[in-house]
Amino acid sequence: MSETVAPLLSLAHISLSFKGVKAVTDIGFDVAEGEICALIGPNGAGKSSLLNVINGVYQPQQGEIRFAGRARRAMQPHEAAVAGIARTFQNIALFKGMSVLDNILTGRNLVSRSSWLEQAFRLGRAVADEEAQRAVAEEVIAFLRLQAWRHTPVGQLPYGLQKRVELGRALAARPRLLLLDEPMAGMNREEKREMSQFIREVNQVFGTTIVLIEHDIGVVMELSDHVVVLDYGRKIGDGEPEAVRALPEVIAAYLGQQRH
Amino acid sequence: MFYQESGQFSTRYRQDGRALRLWQQRAALWALLLLAFGLLPFIGNDYWFSAILIPFLVLSLAGLGLNLLTGYAGQLSLGSAAFMAVGAFASYKLQFLLPGLPLLLSFVAGGVVAAIVGVVFGLPSLRIKGFYLLVSTLAAQFFVEWLLTKFAWFSNGNESGVITAPPLLVAGHDFGSPAGRYLLTLSVVLPLFVLAANLVRSSLGRNWMAVRDMDTAAAVIGIPILRTKLLAFAISSFILGVAGSLWAFTYLGTVEPHGFDLSRSFQVLFIIILGGMGSILGNFLGAAFIVLLPIVLSILSGSLLSGVLPAGQLENLQKIIFGVLIILFLIKEPDGLARLWQGWRARARLWPLRF
Repeated sequence: MSETVAPLLSLAHISLSFKGVKAVTDIGFDVAEGEICALIGPNGAGKSSLLNVINGVYQPQQGEIRFAGRARRAMQPHEAAVAGIARTFQNIALFKGMSVLDNILTGRNLVSRSSWLEQAFRLGRAVADEEAQRAVAEEVIAFLRLQAWRHTPVGQLPYGLQKRVELGRALAARPRLLLLDEPMAGMNREEKREMSQFIREVNQVFGTTIVLIEHDIGVVMELSDHVVVLDYGRKIGDGEPEAVRALPEVIAAYLGQQRH
Repeated sequence: MFYQESGQFSTRYRQDGRALRLWQQRAALWALLLLAFGLLPFIGNDYWFSAILIPFLVLSLAGLGLNLLTGYAGQLSLGSAAFMAVGAFASYKLQFLLPGLPLLLSFVAGGVVAAIVGVVFGLPSLRIKGFYLLVSTLAAQFFVEWLLTKFAWFSNGNESGVITAPPLLVAGHDFGSPAGRYLLTLSVVLPLFVLAANLVRSSLGRNWMAVRDMDTAAAVIGIPILRTKLLAFAISSFILGVAGSLWAFTYLGTVEPHGFDLSRSFQVLFIIILGGMGSILGNFLGAAFIVLLPIVLSILSGSLLSGVLPAGQLENLQKIIFGVLIILFLIKEPDGLARLWQGWRARARLWPLRF
């Protein structure tokens, strides 16, 4: 791709293995600021591992991650969060005992400036700080239309809503880069459409760059500006959706060898 | 009680974030405070103060300390009594080393020393979780008990480690009478409860619960796991330390290290299991249960079975009934008394309808 500005995220020669089992081999790609990039590939292709590398859950053995102009050998989870990377997980990773509101507020923890002593005494910055975080959380709640469940413990919510709350927690941090690991897994058509809409809006309204993993090719083609295809831990395709779809390697990876 | 929420809307985030959102709840709290401060000291008798109210308050506070660590931050601990002992002995020793140190300050200082010890024994929590952490906190329990018994320095030369509380003087007033000790205890316990209730509704409290519910996700959203866990140990141990000081100074007056043995740790753990993990109110309910049930049982068995069974067997029978009641209760309501209370409230809202 002929970018004039430096990409927001750039991976180079990333290799990750677990005790000799290679999950990801020599992968590199760029994600431009403001785009929606889809990572696709068959099961076990290394998509989730790659997301985990980007936000520091896994440390790759080789390679370099460049985010927002700063190159690193590997990310640490906390470092990634501070740098402005937020994510959701394939198997919802919400705080089950807490309400929707509290879950979303935890997304603001890095922005919170008051010390615990101020919070205990409700003095100093604590009160204004809490209200400011609440205001942002409420914006997210309104955006995702979660008002009716504000005080409901997330453990009691149905699956589709939990997915939405998890997106909300990530959004509350106002991230520059949002990583979504199968945001529509297990959803019906209606829920998928709704979630696609939210993702599209996040991208357009907040200008958030998004990297997502998705199996539904229809959704991928509709949503993404840029598709990266993985198979057996290697990159086999990278480019605009339509172009990638036509690549013979991609078709082979998804359908096996062509017969007719 | 019924329909009490009607017409009460929060129009500001500050109102919505209150611990007690309804005016009925706040009125009930003020009434309770008035009762506790204004009425009980005058109408209560010495037995009530010394055998029921003071241990109830101190154990509620100890429950609060453990609940912050276990119920909110999700770190299991069986070292509660050790941190209570550190608080008690540190307050005692500091009173001795710094003559003229105000009594309340020595409670705070005892808590601070307990917090430091708590952080040290909390360090393993960064690597281990659950039952394994529980076992490592047992180390605190045995080590502290041994240390305080072994070295007479901690008890100013007493061979068996017994310490005796100094006169309870606050700003020149003697709080040595049962009613005075009760008032002193109440005035230390309540502010700590208010601070803890503030804390669990703020950013640190949410971080604790996040670490409790899923620590990998907490790390990914930027919560500093190490700091959050150690703060839980520090604040929890601080509160347990103050509870230990009160136990020694206002409840018993004289205490030895074995007064803070493993069974005390279990007692505090039972308080939060019975009362409710992750509940502020639950600490009071659990402590009331633990303090009152044996008394009720002994009165009942004393009046019903006094001629039938010898006294020693009667005492054993009480313990058996106590244990059975706890088991039955936990089968019926594993989430504790606080949850039971919530359930009743929710049902009363709908009464006489069921859904």
